[in-house]
Amino acid sequence: MNLRPEPLAYELSAPGRCGAALPEPDVPETALPKALLRDDLPLPEIDELTAVRHFTRLSQKNYSIDTEFYPLGSCTMKYNPKVNEAAASLPGWRTTHPLAGAEFSQGALELMYRLQAMLADIGGFKAASLQPAAGAHGELAGVLMIRKWHRDRGDLKRVKMLIPDSAHGTNPATCSMVGFETLTIPSAADGGVDLAALESALDDTVAGIMITNPSTLGLFERNIERIAKLVHDAGGLVYGDGANLNAITGIFRPGDAGIDVMHFNLHKTFSTPHGGGGPGSGMVAAGERLADYLPGPVAVRKDGRFDMAMPTASIGRLKAFHGNFGVLVRAYTYIRMLGAPGLRRLAETAVLNANYLKAKVEKVYPLKYGRGCMHEFVAMGTVAEGVHTLDIAKRLIDYGFHPPTIYFPLIVPEALMIEPTETETRETLDAFADALVKIAEEARSDPELLHSAPHVTPVGRLDEVAAARCPILCYRG
Amino acid sequence: MKIDANARYRTSHEWARKEGSVIVTGISDHAQESLGDIVFVEFPEVGKTLKQGQTFGVIESVKAASDLYMPMSGTITAVNEALGGDPSAVNKDCYGAGWLIKFEPTSPAEWDGLLSASDYEKEAAAH
Repeated sequence: MNLRPEPLAYELSAPGRCGAALPEPDVPETALPKALLRDDLPLPEIDELTAVRHFTRLSQKNYSIDTEFYPLGSCTMKYNPKVNEAAASLPGWRTTHPLAGAEFSQGALELMYRLQAMLADIGGFKAASLQPAAGAHGELAGVLMIRKWHRDRGDLKRVKMLIPDSAHGTNPATCSMVGFETLTIPSAADGGVDLAALESALDDTVAGIMITNPSTLGLFERNIERIAKLVHDAGGLVYGDGANLNAITGIFRPGDAGIDVMHFNLHKTFSTPHGGGGPGSGMVAAGERLADYLPGPVAVRKDGRFDMAMPTASIGRLKAFHGNFGVLVRAYTYIRMLGAPGLRRLAETAVLNANYLKAKVEKVYPLKYGRGCMHEFVAMGTVAEGVHTLDIAKRLIDYGFHPPTIYFPLIVPEALMIEPTETETRETLDAFADALVKIAEEARSDPELLHSAPHVTPVGRLDEVAAARCPILCYRG
Repeated sequence: MKIDANARYRTSHEWARKEGSVIVTGISDHAQESLGDIVFVEFPEVGKTLKQGQTFGVIESVKAASDLYMPMSGTITAVNEALGGDPSAVNKDCYGAGWLIKFEPTSPAEWDGLLSASDYEKEAAAH
């Protein structure tokens, strides 16, 4: 990584300097109307080479899975095989256009059709839609489907969604978007959903439950079938948050356990790039009850030809055209490359890696819920008086590691949520565990070293409170 | 952990205190300590009627955003606008200048179901 401080583009500016030589105009020049001119927009004036160097140096400060270990809990920062890029770059995919029409797009439609079928099969569902462009978008699709299902049955009383406190943080926000109220269901002592609390919350105002399995504690919800049955018996539906699918592919199919609709993060489990704000894919799949409600259009096969069609009770369109198609090509490539046995092995290795790392880390960083974990585990940064998880996370940067997710889930104090994924070597896991152990020693011997970390980055510890309370959002000379 | 002996509490760490005919509510010292530096509070509309246990707003710190729950059913009569400019009062004086809302209770008997200061202290210490 390039660790030298980089000046702002404004600081590189020199009056009159320019990076482009425009040709002489071949039409008469006319001055812009005075009312349209402004002099309060001090854009930097930079020559081409200075601009190229500036942005290249900035790009060298990027931290990515291609450069370092990235154990960001619940984000599944696995390696994205380069073969995905090769496949997505094939001219046939690259030059296809969504308005070309089905007769000119048979290959692209077939890929979508097959991908829908493969993902539905992986999750144990009847049908899938590739429309949603991100995980939270998929959640929105699923909850809208649940709402429409109740409305179509004339059941307008159901306005509440139950959400376990170990669920993904976006779930309550999704419910608010849809106009549902949320009711939090506490975790029991073993980290699973408190069944007594669930039962007492179930009545005829409950639209359903949103459940993340494995949960954000990295624990498999052992009562998932029981939970689904209780909710179904009370007239509700079950939304599955598929963010943590990486732990269970080829082993457990959520649809078989009674989940009615689930989103898949193709940019997590199925190795399409993420961490840069997109594009992603939060495609959704649904079982018997909700298959007809999927957003559309979806790819269909009629008389040996492929086309797009709207499911019969669809909630409608959620995305222009057909989802993020380039992402779909990458996910398809990945699934075909691994095959069914490979998908199972990826989950097994992800769980093995997490448990290996957990065994090394938990000697120093205690766990609130100690049982065997799935693809991730949540430790506590309670290693020394006066040192917090934030300090440990910042110090990890000095050791060349991206910090884990911190302070989430909220039910674990000083949480450090660590997800190594299946693509890391034992040496990398050892090096990360060693760094955490060393940092715990430093926390006791030299806490100031942690309080002032990071030390190796161009910018040190940021004042996050001032940044949130009094943000400066544009250049002020 | 500081406790206001005159207030009653919810296990979700809101406190409630009688001031004449209205109830004042905020978050406990334990809650502000766990959340860390508060950076934003989202308030309900004045005049809104909410049931006990419904969310009346959101409090956001550098660590997390948390829902705020009504300790009792009631109609919102005031929100602490001053926190918009400086939410740090919640950290500095959570039982005083850092209050969040005032409301007119619609089921005053709910007061008796809230935790006493000493019960809340035990509850908070256990977590």
